[in-house]
Amino acid sequence: MAKFAKLSFKKDELNKELSGFFKGIMENGAVDAVLAPMAQGKKGNRLTLVTSAANIGQIDPFAPIAAVSGAKIASSLTSRPSGRKVAMVLRPCEIRAVVELVKLKQVNLDDVVMIGMDCLGRYENTDFAKFQEQGGTSESFLENAQAGKTAMADCDIIGACKICEFPTADNVDMRLCVIGADEGSVFVEAVTNKGEEALGKSGLKAGGVPAGRGEAVKKLVATRTEARDKKFAEFRAETNTFEALSDKLSACINCYNCRVACPVCYCKECVFITDTFRHTGEQFMMWADKDGMLKMPNDTLFYHLTRITHMSLFCVGCGQCTSACPNDIDLMPLFRTSADKTQARFNYQAGRSVDEEQPMAGFKSDELVEVTGQVK
Amino acid sequence: MSEFEPKIVAFFCNWCTFTAADLAGTSRLSYPPNIKIIRVMCSGMVDPKYVLKAFLNGADGVLIGGCWPGDCHYINGNLKARRRVALVTELLKQYGIGEERFWLRWIAASEGNMLKEVADEMTAKLKQLGPSPLQNKGQMAV
Ligand code: SF4
Ligand code: SF4
Ligand code: FES
Repeated sequence: MAKFAKLSFKKDELNKELSGFFKGIMENGAVDAVLAPMAQGKKGNRLTLVTSAANIGQIDPFAPIAAVSGAKIASSLTSRPSGRKVAMVLRPCEIRAVVELVKLKQVNLDDVVMIGMDCLGRYENTDFAKFQEQGGTSESFLENAQAGKTAMADCDIIGACKICEFPTADNVDMRLCVIGADEGSVFVEAVTNKGEEALGKSGLKAGGVPAGRGEAVKKLVATRTEARDKKFAEFRAETNTFEALSDKLSACINCYNCRVACPVCYCKECVFITDTFRHTGEQFMMWADKDGMLKMPNDTLFYHLTRITHMSLFCVGCGQCTSACPNDIDLMPLFRTSADKTQARFNYQAGRSVDEEQPMAGFKSDELVEVTGQVK
Repeated sequence: MSEFEPKIVAFFCNWCTFTAADLAGTSRLSYPPNIKIIRVMCSGMVDPKYVLKAFLNGADGVLIGGCWPGDCHYINGNLKARRRVALVTELLKQYGIGEERFWLRWIAASEGNMLKEVADEMTAKLKQLGPSPLQNKGQMAV
């Protein structure tokens, strides 16, 4: 049974209350460290690894920004483990990517207490700066976002968040629940034994339930799912030829930032930066000869399509690709629409469960007979 | 106007389909010259990149020939190939390259006549479908 503890906070004291909780779990030995979004001076917010409880005060997990996917940070921190226990506060999309990376042996959760926060969306990195300049705080964001008001003068939360049907996290030890919670309250939920142990040591008293949560989450998921389906239909209708796809990518300069930012682009070394793609002048000339011309850098579509064959089964729709593109190409719908098809083909859902085998990691002799249509 | 002759890039497993093509030849079974054969050691080594590159370079069809399930010389390369074909098909479909242009077939070393049938059938199908939508690459940056 999940256990909840209610954290009440006075105006402008959300983070103070949260830091009390995290201080508790550190000082009482539930964990040795905390990885959580923290304010950086007066501006900005980044995941920060805290090993001294005295420094937890800047914690600000609900700030609407995720400049770098936390799944990548979780990988840096645990793929060669430290042996020290760490509580990680991540967003649902980051945790779904973590689930995929666990299966790829790029994240190790042995010493991790995973804490999933309810997510109402994030701004682009640069828009978050505007948000702060206009006096926005996590509290004001949560309040407005729950009422569906996320837009600022000239920007809004990113497109990926608007169509994300996973505002709450699964596969976690604990959750920080804000959706549907009354004003001035956050609930800490213990989901697993590990979570209960941490909650026990935090000094918070268990009790209370976020009564409105289930209904509020359901409503949000319905809105987002509807928006997702609409976005998918639009994208598919306007991008149904290679020509249209090539137009969509016309600003691409092959910088490969999109794959650097993608939490589930798992290759240690991308083939597109290996010798396989370091061609001789003679080779380029030969290709140019074939049609009489060659766009350079070449292989733009080839790169994107190859990337899709690698990551689409694991795409969690986090939107980091769109955020990373220096040429403002909205890549998320391209990758998410493909992911939707490839995942459906294998009855797979990225981030659903650590126990589900990744589709390209297994195979059976009596499956997919429709591919060849032949029976002996 | 001369009839459209589709270009079909064929990745044939050395142990089965390639041998079947050889057998078809020695048995004087003729199959269309549209099939351009690339010999690979197993259907399981056909990286999706090879398929994408073939289409991006204007192939009208791609045919992968492998050993029947249970007969792969590397135990299960052909089963991996089948999953990859399903994956790549889902991707290409959206942009106009459907499964009619991308075939995987099991053809054993002794099945020279089946090789001929598949080659005939695929060539006829592609003639009917016409050139790949990627043929107009001249105006399109790939
Ligand atoms: S492809 Fe884009 S949306 Fe999908 S997981 Fe990678 S960065 Fe996130
Ligand atoms: S980040 Fe943008 S410009 Fe760079 S490779 Fe990706 S799509 Fe192209
Ligand atoms: S050896 Fe023929 S398909 Fe693997």
